[in-house]
Amino acid sequence: MSYSCTIRGFTYRFEDLRDLLAKASPLRSGDVLAGLAAASYEERVAAQIALADVPLTRFLEELLIPYEEDEVTRLIVDEHDAEAFHAIRSFTVGQFRDWLLSDQADRYTLERLRPGLTPEMVAAVSKLMRNQDLILVARKCEVVTRFRNTVGLHGHLSVRLQPNHPVDDTKGIAASIIDGLMYGSGDAVIGINPATDNTAAVARLLYMIDGLRERFSMPTQSCVLSHVTTTLELIRQNVPVDLVFQSIAGTEKANASFGVSLSLLQEAYEAGLSLRRGTVGQNLMYFETGQGSALSSGTHAGVDQQTCEVRAYAVARKFQPFLVNSVVGFIGPEYLFDGKQITRAGLEDHFCGKLLGLPMGMDICYTNHAQADQDDMDNLLTLLGVAGINFIMGVPGADDIMLNYQSTSFHDALYLRRVLGLRPAPEFEAWLLQQGIMDETGHRLPGAGSRQLVAQFFS
Amino acid sequence: MIQPFEEDEWNVLKTYTDARIALGRTGVSVPMRESLAFRLAHAHAKDAVYSELADLSGELKDAGFDFIRVRSRAGTRDEYLRRPDLGRILDPDSTETLQPSGSPDILVIIADGLSASAVNENALPVLLRLREKASERGLTLGPVVLAEQARVALADEIGSRLNARLTVILIGERPGLSSADSMGAYLTFAPQPGLTDERRNCISNIRRQGLIPDLAADKIMYLIEGAFRLGISGVGLKDDSGGPPDGALISGV
Repeated sequence: MSYSCTIRGFTYRFEDLRDLLAKASPLRSGDVLAGLAAASYEERVAAQIALADVPLTRFLEELLIPYEEDEVTRLIVDEHDAEAFHAIRSFTVGQFRDWLLSDQADRYTLERLRPGLTPEMVAAVSKLMRNQDLILVARKCEVVTRFRNTVGLHGHLSVRLQPNHPVDDTKGIAASIIDGLMYGSGDAVIGINPATDNTAAVARLLYMIDGLRERFSMPTQSCVLSHVTTTLELIRQNVPVDLVFQSIAGTEKANASFGVSLSLLQEAYEAGLSLRRGTVGQNLMYFETGQGSALSSGTHAGVDQQTCEVRAYAVARKFQPFLVNSVVGFIGPEYLFDGKQITRAGLEDHFCGKLLGLPMGMDICYTNHAQADQDDMDNLLTLLGVAGINFIMGVPGADDIMLNYQSTSFHDALYLRRVLGLRPAPEFEAWLLQQGIMDETGHRLPGAGSRQLVAQFFS
Repeated sequence: MIQPFEEDEWNVLKTYTDARIALGRTGVSVPMRESLAFRLAHAHAKDAVYSELADLSGELKDAGFDFIRVRSRAGTRDEYLRRPDLGRILDPDSTETLQPSGSPDILVIIADGLSASAVNENALPVLLRLREKASERGLTLGPVVLAEQARVALADEIGSRLNARLTVILIGERPGLSSADSMGAYLTFAPQPGLTDERRNCISNIRRQGLIPDLAADKIMYLIEGAFRLGISGVGLKDDSGGPPDGALISGV
């Protein structure tokens, strides 16, 4: 079905829903690279005007990628809950936007609505929203997950401690872990990107973190972000695996390019559950995503990069994940050119994930060939803090010496907690107090507590 | 005297990693010294992205090389960054410049990539050593091609137009904060437009503080010999020459 909008006597036509969504997307370099973006400012707004009038039910009839060709589409269609959808079934996309911002749409109403929403509906409405709309609605959503602690409660901000090292040196990684813990980071996960993805090397790192965690009774979880097949093998070898990590995307073919499918993810999820290592809950999957990943492997099927991204969230929510984050600026300027585009994408990803019920965090980051710097990261960090983000990354000095990009630091996390009055995950906060690392007001304590801890780590 | 910031008590841990740990703090914030150090590293990286290929014509002539200048279809650095596809196609004028004469065994392309300064620094020493090694083995070198606004795959079109049996493109890698001057070498047997990255071998982190140019040239020659022996390059050809680690195979240039 085609869509149209007439402005000053000129009629813009949009071939189908896929075309309409792409043209309605706020400008980003990836859609231009794919040849999908609106050709002018006017055409983009024309597409947004046309999109505002599309009934939400249309998204159940006109599929962007055919049901027969794509298992992500089948997942979306087969798991759609018509009963939950009933409350908003008469809305157009534009009416949905107005209603989301209204006081009727409170936290509990939005929670009940989740299974009735498809990624395409959520992507569509996000394209009509300004940044402040994305922040306001995301802030209403509370998505709480549990493993060895509780992440995502309102008023709390957790941090993934990311202690990467170019050659996976155990002591080098341990040094960064201590640095992060002393700054109150590590409650979302202590998560290492390994330089080499082989089972022996990954097992060595997992034993190391698990040893530290046990020795200091830290209420947190560990993860080495290896491919899910590596993790499955580690589980078979009885290596202590807490969270099961995988990068995912929004089309079957893009996932195939990552070497995964829904059935493989299901197998890994069940294997993780079989270990029963969570103490306060059993959310254990950790997914990373990012706009542009499908296009970069040529598997986007003509769908714009933001809509592809939200389809990945349908994959994520199937497995009750503990953590999900977009790695928003990592992919490079051909997908998100500058600080403005990275900021917009970060707010979209957080909003869309939260509305679908995901425990969204964000790797607020950029590479050196993008037009961005640490000031842009400060801005997005602050905006996402206001929007109620579950967790961010803590990288020593914001400089990842293994992946060669810049993210957010342990100091950045403390800044955000300080200016917004946010606290660590409750169980982890209690541990920080008990260890003498911080006091009740979130101020870092100098002296005895930390000195003792540092000495013990390397003894 | 009042100290404006607090040092961390675990400075000793800095011996274990180059990560920015034990930075100290003022309140919850990074002290001035560290904040400026970070900015300087980022400035070096940004300058590297916008650096331009040096005029190597004098040095190349003195060393007895013929050379040809070409450019990709990306007109500006901004376009290069937004449109990697244009960086993989020759500009029409350059297409005419490339007239084949004979079919060299090895064609070396020197390209700016994401850090021309890395190439300005490291390409010539690699090239000289490579010529030495090639002549010992009776392999012929074509004219050196200097390519601007170039991505790795531009070497395929260049190599195919000049009937090269194999191309080696020396190209600036995406600069990191710790190294803005790192060069990569990508080797492709039987270059043809449309090849993908699994048909290439890559040696990365070529720089004075990383894989030094002489050793890099040795590794490249080792791979070239393997490629000629097996008639392939890419995933089917492994670098088991030993020596210092050559870094992970990277793509995305």
